[in-house]
Amino acid sequence: MSALLTSAPSLVPAATTVGNPAINIGIFALFVVVTLAIVIRASRNNRSAAEYYAGGRAFTGRQNGIAIAGDYLSAASFLGIAGAIAINGYDGFLYSIGFLVAWLVALLLVAELLRNVGKYTMADVLSFRLRQRPVRIAAAISTLVVSFFYLLAQMAGAGGLVALLLGIEGAVGQRLVIVVVGILMIFYVIFGGMKGTTWVQIIKAVLLIIGAAIMTFWVLAKFGLSLSNLLGEATATSQEAGGKDLLQPGLQYKNPVDFISLSMALVLGTAGLPHVLMRFYTVPTSREARRSVVWAIWLIGIFYIFTLILGFGAADLVGAAAIKAAPGGVNSAAPLLAFELGGEILLGIISAVAFATILAVVAGLTITASASLSHDIYNTVVKKGTATPEEEVKVARIAALVLGAIAIIGGIFALGQNIAFLVALAFAIAASANLPTILYSLFWKRFNTRGALWSIYGGLISAITLIIFSPVVSGKPIDPLTKKSPSMLQGVDFHWFPLDNPGIISIPLGFVLGYIGTVTSREYNAAKYAEMEVRSLTGHGAETATHH
Amino acid sequence: MSKEAPERVVDDPNVAMQNSPEFDQLRSKFRRFVFPLTALFLAWYFLYVLLSVFAKDFMGTRVLGNITWGLILGLLQFVSTFTITMVYARWADRVFDPEAEALAQKMGVQQ
Repeated sequence: MSALLTSAPSLVPAATTVGNPAINIGIFALFVVVTLAIVIRASRNNRSAAEYYAGGRAFTGRQNGIAIAGDYLSAASFLGIAGAIAINGYDGFLYSIGFLVAWLVALLLVAELLRNVGKYTMADVLSFRLRQRPVRIAAAISTLVVSFFYLLAQMAGAGGLVALLLGIEGAVGQRLVIVVVGILMIFYVIFGGMKGTTWVQIIKAVLLIIGAAIMTFWVLAKFGLSLSNLLGEATATSQEAGGKDLLQPGLQYKNPVDFISLSMALVLGTAGLPHVLMRFYTVPTSREARRSVVWAIWLIGIFYIFTLILGFGAADLVGAAAIKAAPGGVNSAAPLLAFELGGEILLGIISAVAFATILAVVAGLTITASASLSHDIYNTVVKKGTATPEEEVKVARIAALVLGAIAIIGGIFALGQNIAFLVALAFAIAASANLPTILYSLFWKRFNTRGALWSIYGGLISAITLIIFSPVVSGKPIDPLTKKSPSMLQGVDFHWFPLDNPGIISIPLGFVLGYIGTVTSREYNAAKYAEMEVRSLTGHGAETATHH
Repeated sequence: MSKEAPERVVDDPNVAMQNSPEFDQLRSKFRRFVFPLTALFLAWYFLYVLLSVFAKDFMGTRVLGNITWGLILGLLQFVSTFTITMVYARWADRVFDPEAEALAQKMGVQQ
């Protein structure tokens, strides 16, 4: 099978379609119609701020857990990790472990306390006992930056997928599809609010997990239900084609420090992702918040075990050369595997699911960023806290429109980037700028405004600076297979930071700056701290579900 | 923000609750459960990461057919994550929640 594709690259020529575009588009259109109907239904009572931002806090733990899985199992998880495993074997698998273990930080330290303290955004918690204005501005900036990187990753994934499925190699066609995805997403967010977005994520999560499960068992069945056989065949195929032993560590990460840096970002980033944190406000109590994380951990964990099988399956059945040569590059491993297994119908289903994934995650990110712009910046900073909920929701909708437009433009520029990688950068920024402040706020009595500002801005600026001067942006050697440098910019080299991921420097820096800032300032608000701590642990005074 | 006057702070029901022995007990119960568990899973995760980076030959050694130590330890990370999740959820439902709710009720009565 793999020999067929690798020895005859004309089967996957750059400008020809894999599968049947009509089927791909048809299945995707069906998903869009169904979800739009649900969004329109959900939009009927979306006037209050609690409805728009938090779905009325009326979702159950299980529903929210599935939606969290839907949010988290982005195109990076499905397409990116499967592709990374197909090309780099064991090293790709390491990604998924960091992404999963990270949920324990959220479960044990963050989810419930945050649910009790906050209202709509991450900044609610960070600014609770500190000076509102500066802390909210800082938290909103960090929210926007993290969400933007994450958005870029999803939009890049959309472009790559389109290239593969519709055979649209030309820039105009790909851009057109990104525009369509962007407009749909804006519609979901503006009309559906958090409730509509959550339902889109729930439907998508169920489809994605079922789709991945079918492919996983299909692959295993081909190898006599033996993981060992699968691994053996995959490594043999890779080595026959002149590749390495996929089971050996170190294929992707030559530099041990780089890998440690990435691991830190992965495991500490999740609990600082604003769009993940915002999901905890959609349930009525901290107990339901806990339940949602438990559901999310099971679903995400099981899904990552599927991607392990899918990645090695693609390595054998499709082959590294065919994957790299396909229009979507590494990200096309899973769709190509679907085609290999079940022909154009399965490819159509899996691609539609992948599209749905991108759409849902982008909607989740947009609602988070727009909520932060409206609730944190517009209401607190511009209107000094006097905006009515109706005004806030109106501004949030306008913000969603603007952010959607920015996402479309950013997505056009991000075409062709490895998406698992872009997401890893978003995680590094979240872990450096957000997590230290969240943990200090919740657990450190002494913490104050200067500590928060130093930590957020220090983590944010150091992470971004190191990324700009890293090999990710410029200066990687040219890959002989694709004749291009894996760096973002071609033909220039201004990197001086040796690592791909800034986490190992910027995360400790965020913590240290938060500490130094705090101890050099004498500000301390005993009453607010007492209110926050009592509220965080007992739930007394926490926001409750809206009734209608 | 300016410091609160001491008299007002004493009157504050939240401060009173925060300084009460029951709340102190609730907080230390929570931290005594959650902090060591966090240290444990982070140490175990980074041990795995360091082995993957510095003990490549060991992690690449095939143990059962083509299944390597790296894969076994990696899958054990999944197992430990699921286990910690269930252990914590059970403890929080049965031990922590009733005590936290009792204190929340007490606060509700005061106001």
